[in-house]
Amino acid sequence: MKNNTWTIIKKECARFFGDRTMLLTTVIMPGLMIYLIYSFMGNNFMKPKDLGRATLYVQNMPESIHPMLEALPLDMVTEGADFEQLRGALALKESKFVLLTFPEGFDSLTAQYDPLSGLAAPNVQLLYNSASESSQQAYSMVSSTLNAYESTICNRFDINASEDGMAVYDLASNEDVVGNFFSELIPMLLLLMAFTGCMSIAPPSIAGEKERGTIATLLVTPMKRRELALGKVLSLSFFAMLSGLSSFTGMMLSLPKLIHADELGMDANIYQVSDYVVLLLLIFSTVLVLVSVTSIISAQAKSVKAASAVMAPLMLVVMLVGMIPMMSGTNVANLAYFAIPIYNSVLCMSQVFAHEALMAAVVVTIVANVLYTVLGIWILTRMFNSEKVMFSK
Amino acid sequence: MNEILRVEGLSKTFKLSRKQQQIERTDRKEIVAVDNLSFTANKGEIFGLLGPNGAGKTTTLRMLATLIAPDKGDAFIDGCSIVSQPEQVRAKIGFLTSELKLEDFFTPNYLFDFFSQLYGIAPEVMAQRKAKLFERFGIDKFAEVKVANLSTGMKQKTSLVVSLVHDPEFVIFDEPTNGLDVLTARTVTDYLQELREQGKTIILSTHIFSLVERLCDRVGIIIDGQMTHCDTLEGICGGQSLEDRFFDIYKAKKGGME
Repeated sequence: MKNNTWTIIKKECARFFGDRTMLLTTVIMPGLMIYLIYSFMGNNFMKPKDLGRATLYVQNMPESIHPMLEALPLDMVTEGADFEQLRGALALKESKFVLLTFPEGFDSLTAQYDPLSGLAAPNVQLLYNSASESSQQAYSMVSSTLNAYESTICNRFDINASEDGMAVYDLASNEDVVGNFFSELIPMLLLLMAFTGCMSIAPPSIAGEKERGTIATLLVTPMKRRELALGKVLSLSFFAMLSGLSSFTGMMLSLPKLIHADELGMDANIYQVSDYVVLLLLIFSTVLVLVSVTSIISAQAKSVKAASAVMAPLMLVVMLVGMIPMMSGTNVANLAYFAIPIYNSVLCMSQVFAHEALMAAVVVTIVANVLYTVLGIWILTRMFNSEKVMFSK
Repeated sequence: MNEILRVEGLSKTFKLSRKQQQIERTDRKEIVAVDNLSFTANKGEIFGLLGPNGAGKTTTLRMLATLIAPDKGDAFIDGCSIVSQPEQVRAKIGFLTSELKLEDFFTPNYLFDFFSQLYGIAPEVMAQRKAKLFERFGIDKFAEVKVANLSTGMKQKTSLVVSLVHDPEFVIFDEPTNGLDVLTARTVTDYLQELREQGKTIILSTHIFSLVERLCDRVGIIIDGQMTHCDTLEGICGGQSLEDRFFDIYKAKKGGME
């Protein structure tokens, strides 16, 4: 009994370690890929963001808190600011400030207040915009400083209290909040789903035809290899696009439910028809690139199984690339970045969702993707022409 | 006589992987599959390549069908070079081998149309040809059955018909009766004779002596990638049976049986 188990283990090990492709794709590639991608990302995309110094505007600055706030890495303005006007400007997500209003005579109010009285404590208003990273960061700094002070004086004041639940301190518009949320998550999910689509479509169509010997039947016809490559890539792209469209629709319809948008007061209907058209164009050009890549891998592979094995670590790469905008933001102006395949698509889609997309970036992305596809088809044609690739056993 | 195929010094070498070296128990990095092969075939004849397994017959036919390229030499089919004009060659030939499979998912009817389109056959011609060939091979009875559900014989008949959608003047047939039951094999060999009567040229490979004796006008004997003899059947046999003659030639070449 024991001996048989050992015999089976030995045979499995011989099978596993004897199969170089298997060993490469399951043991070596994942670690290597993660190492390379994270190192690359760390060097190029993940540098700490320099948001610049935010400004803290204060009304009725109390003596007690002044030194603490002054110690924060913020530019402070305590006099002469027009709060009405600033309040309006804070609704824009480009704003880089927060507005802090103390009740007049704050120090004496807190000294007189009895927390056991059941009356409302003096309220400190801290207005900010959560869609602006700079404003959000300043908000965190100021509110934690105030909270620390609050606990040293036995909670004798409140910050952003809302008795009736109606007061609004975060001035970010619904559009910006939803846009930011969507721009971080959806492009990566879309990319992943498009890739999974390609992963299930390309191997049977190309590696499968090789494995089953049906591609040779096609290769003895006078058809040009280029026509074969083009026909394969275009039809596979169409199928992958259908699959991508299905995931996209499902996602856009279910996400508001997933995040309980109603309860959070978010409205997901913030995109125009033109936004959707741009997104679809981006997805389609991305699918072309993904189909080209997966087709080339499938043409190289000896079997469907081998093709899928190579694509598993590639999926990891795609996923990691998809996460870059989530981690390093969408604020990329250099058009050269929009020529990097896959990254360009995620970045561009993120910008569309965040209402930040520039026409030039969209055009560069789509043109680059089409060019990569042309290159892919050229490579595939060469592969169909190569007896080594087509008839290797 | 009207020469339609001229093979000039065709050679093909394959690299051996380490695994293949172990299987073949050799240290050689390369194996010469076809070694400076030259011969001609005439219009309207059946030419047979006869040789043991591994002699290089299939490699030769695959080169003629432009599936693989020769390392050296060239061949001309109806004046077109297999090296520099592969597309024209493909349009002229019908190539049939058990290597070429049909997709399980489709029916003979669909596949006939599909391949006709790839060969650029006009729809009327296609319909006419299909009716004739399907009737000839009895495919009309299973024309709408997916290839997956066909028997080996039915599949082979379908493959044969599909390779003839463009009514080629030159037919290359690798091991025509391999793996076929006696009835289907007979249908196939009968049809090859019919094709010859229509003036088509057929080049086939086989290791079956009786097939050569029954079908072939001329024979080339290939051993170790080289053509040792190439002549009419009578010219080669000289009164002996083909089988006896072949083993004499084999012994002379290899110095005894292995």
